[in-house]
Order: sequence, then structure tokens, then C-alpha cells
Amino acid sequence: MGSLLESSEKGKGDIVMKKSTYKYKNGLTIHTLLIIGSIFMFIPFIWTILTAFKTLPEAIQVPPTILPENYNFSNFTKALKSLPFFRFYFNTIAVIIIRVIVSTFFAAMAAYAFARIKFPGRNIMFMFVLIQMMVPTQIFIIPQYLIVQKLGMLNSIGALVFPGIVTAFGTFLLRQFFMGLPMELEEAAIIDGANKWQIFTKIMLPLARSGMISLSIFTALFAWKDLMWPLIVNSDLEKMPLSAGLAQLIGQFFTDYPVLMAGSILAITPMVIVFILFQKQFISGVALSGGK
Amino acid sequence: MNNRKSNYLKNQKMGNIYWGYLMIAPTMIGLFILNIFPIFQTLYLSLTKSGAFGKVTFIGLKNYIDIFHDKLVIQSFLNTFIYTILTVPVGVFLSLTAAVLLNSKIKGKTVYRTLFFLPVVSVPAAVALVWRWIFNSKFGFINNILSLLGVKGINWLTEPKFAMIAIVVVGIWSMIGYNMIVLLAGLQEISPTYYEAAEIDGAGPIRKFFFITLPLITPTLFFVIITTFISSLQVFDLIYMMIERTNAVLPKVQSVVVLFYRYSFERNMKGYGSAIITMLFFVILLITYVQLKLQKKWVHY
Repeated sequence: MGSLLESSEKGKGDIVMKKSTYKYKNGLTIHTLLIIGSIFMFIPFIWTILTAFKTLPEAIQVPPTILPENYNFSNFTKALKSLPFFRFYFNTIAVIIIRVIVSTFFAAMAAYAFARIKFPGRNIMFMFVLIQMMVPTQIFIIPQYLIVQKLGMLNSIGALVFPGIVTAFGTFLLRQFFMGLPMELEEAAIIDGANKWQIFTKIMLPLARSGMISLSIFTALFAWKDLMWPLIVNSDLEKMPLSAGLAQLIGQFFTDYPVLMAGSILAITPMVIVFILFQKQFISGVALSGGK
Repeated sequence: MNNRKSNYLKNQKMGNIYWGYLMIAPTMIGLFILNIFPIFQTLYLSLTKSGAFGKVTFIGLKNYIDIFHDKLVIQSFLNTFIYTILTVPVGVFLSLTAAVLLNSKIKGKTVYRTLFFLPVVSVPAAVALVWRWIFNSKFGFINNILSLLGVKGINWLTEPKFAMIAIVVVGIWSMIGYNMIVLLAGLQEISPTYYEAAEIDGAGPIRKFFFITLPLITPTLFFVIITTFISSLQVFDLIYMMIERTNAVLPKVQSVVVLFYRYSFERNMKGYGSAIITMLFFVILLITYVQLKLQKKWVHY
């Protein structure tokens, strides 16, 4: 688009020249501001990576070095040896996969029914969905903990998964999505005698794919970042996800910052890689949450 | 003929009821067990005292009366308000600035967007650890830079005033990327014809921002402000991870949710914890209600 405009405007002489220099200056300010912002956003990561390769004496020497003298990996091996990081990864991935599959499917089912099927009590039921979304999550936590405790599920993957098997937010989000799909799509199927379940699985679900992917990413991100619930239900190190497991690192290496930084890198990297691979889906998922 | 038709409609209606309930059943059952019933249970628990072996005694409004005499609780509400009042305006302003800048026709947008979004995909526990190191009073990055400028090192995490600033900075840093994306989506909904018309009228970038962009983005901005408000009032991870339990500064910076967690799960006072979180719920409800009322004055739909 931009190059098209430029080429069509070429040869118009003075005015075009002025316009393009104006744009160039403007672009320079924008880039400058964005670079300053990026530095603010990115320096913590850089400082983390650099520290993770330093020895403890080097990390705390005055004046500080910027680049490590030697790139040694001993901090990473120390972190990996002192905490079961691979269990943390496994637990986190297991929780994310179960939560995403189960809650997205249930949410899609309910969302389709709320959007497209008329049944008595629909509005009242949907009101409960809205109420859940408006109440701060901590209100649910003590009762949820008591249920998990009663079921004898403390210190299990099940405990981590439990509160995330249904999602009011996801139901709401997908309902909006289904309501936006044209009605005619279903009519042909109804004439052919398909029932609601067949319409849902054969026609609606495939159409809602993009909405469901966005919701999945949302759910995954939420499960990935959740700290309080894992801290409450799982005290056994072997059963912790990354978020809570990392919290234990402080106790062991209170002031050994190079090891702590190595541990942080081990915890941050997986999702950063996933994000870079699926950037488009992440962005559209977040954009969707804004009600657009 | 007529009979068959009404039969068909009746079957159709019964089918709708059958399928409707069947399909909402998993979500609704889960919602009632996990969320709706717990709301009432927490309200009930807030009127009780939890003793040993899970014994629960009804004590009426005593927890709520105690809250008003508990300096720690009052201070934690104050801390939470300070955190929110500092985080929301600065955070939303910076998010909007980033979104507007990224909405222009420049190269390298994806790179900037990625850098701004990285904190959002990072585990909060790791983020807090990283920032603790950056704010370290002796060897931290910030005090190193300050010493180059000849400024004496600041005890970021052990002095109440500075500790709050440090937490606010991290809070803002963590949320910019998320809000930026939401606002960017809002900005992209604005039809370019408005800008073209303004350009013909000779409007510069600043006029265009204040007379076109800002009014048209208000619904999204309102959404971002409300959600940031609510999440700031519920701040937990950063404070829990950045400020040690043994740090003397803790009472001056801990939020309501941190205190709720400590009372409910570390000291096992679930009744008192329930009362604290119920209070926070009403505060959030009130603030959201006020904002919904105020929106008529500035949000253009």
C-alpha cells in the first residue's frame, strides 16, 4: 500500500518531497519512543541472562561487569539439581492440556446452546455465567480448597486442574462468537433432519475454530501464570507446577542471584518460545478479550 | 395436516429443551459447584470462626467488627488503594501511548510488539525474582546506574515508600503489553476515512489524536481501565514474591489479597480471611458501579 502510494506520487515535485520528509521525521520520533519503551521492557531480561552466566563473586563485584567474564553453565545445573524442574514442566504442561481441552469443549457446548437454542430458563442460567465473571476469584478459593481437601485430592495434578474445568469467561466469549455466525448455516442442516448435537459438532465447532484457539491460548496463559491456587493445594515439590515451584527456589538460594536468575530463565523460556511460534493467535486471543 | 404441524413444533420444542439443558449441563454443574455455591459459602464462613480440626462456630458479625480494629487489615486496604491509584493511570497511559505508536505505518512493528508482550507470557514468580535482583540495594542494576550518575544507592525493597514504588513499577511493566494489544485492536477498528477527512482539513498528528483517535477509542479505553482497576485491587503475585515474609517493610506494602492468603492459609483463620475477601468484593463492586455511572460522561458509543 505504502509503496504504491509513493510511486504514484513520484514526480509531483516539491509538495511530495515536503510530505515525505515530514513523514520521515515523524517516523523517527515514533521509532525513538518505541525503542526507549522496548529498552525499558527488555532490560530486565537481558540483565537476567547476563547474571545467569556469572559466578556469584562476579555478580556482586563493584563496579559491576556487564558481560560475564566466562559463560559458565554451573548456575543452570545448580538450579536443575536443587529443584525437580522437569517435574515442574511436566505438571504445568499436563495441567494446561487438560484444562484447555476440557474447559474449551464444555464452554463451546454451553456457548452454542446459549446462543442458538431456545429453552426455558436460558436467561437465568446465563445470568449465573455473568455473575461468576463479576466476582473476584478469591471469593471462591476457600470453598474450592475445602472441596479438594474433602475429596482427598491435595497434592495431585487433579487439584491443580479442578477449578479450571469450566470457564464462565470462555462460555461468554464463545457465545458472542456463535451469535455472530449467520443463521442460514444451520437451516439446511435442520431441513436434512440433523439434531442439535449434529449441527453443533459438524457445522458449528469447525466454524468456531478461531474463537476456540483464542480461548485455549487464554486458558493456557492463565494456568501458566496462576500462583496462589498451586501454592494452596500442592505443598509436595513433585506435584508443583513451574509458577509455585519457582517460589521455592528463593528459600534455597536466598542471595545466590546467579542461580535464581538461571532458574527464572528456565521458567520463562518455554512460554516465550510458544509465544514467538504462535504470536498471531496470542495477539488475537488477547484482542478478543477486549470484547471486539 | 394441522395436527402434524403442531406435533412437529411440539417435538421441535421438546428437542430444544432436551438439547439445551444437556449442552449447558457440564458448564452449569461445574459453575454451581465451583463458583455460585462457594460465593454463599464464603459469605457464611465470614460469619464464623474456624477452630481446630475444621470446627466452625457461628459468631455473627464479629469478624467484620474485628477487621475495623485490625491495623494490619486497614493498612492493607490502604496499600492496595495506593498501588491501584499509582498503577492504573500510569499503566493505562503508557499502554495507550504504545498502542498509538504501534498503530502508525512504521517498520518493525512485530519486533516492538513482541518485546512489549514478553512480560505478559512470563511466569510472575520469575518476573518478581528478576526484579528483586534489579532492585537489589547493593548490586542491583538500578542502583548501579544511579551510582554512575553519582546518586547514592536506594534501599528499594526495605523502605516502605521505595518498596511501593518498586512494586508499582513491576506492576506497570507486567501489564503494558496486554493492555496495549487490547487498545491496538480498538484502534484498528477506527475507519481510516476519518483520518483522511481530517488530513484534507489540514489536521496534524496531535489534533488527529485528540479529535478522532481519543473519542473513538473511549469504549475500549473504558474496558481497559475497568479491568486494570479490578486486577490491581487483587494484586498478589508480585508482592508475595518480591517482599519476604521476614522483611520489616511487609505490613506497609502487602495487599488485601496477600493478607487474605496469609490469614486463610498460613494462619488457618478461614472465617476471618473470608470476611476480608468479602470486604474487598464489596469495594470492587462499589468502584465498578461508580465507574459504570461515570462512563456516561466520557465514553462515546
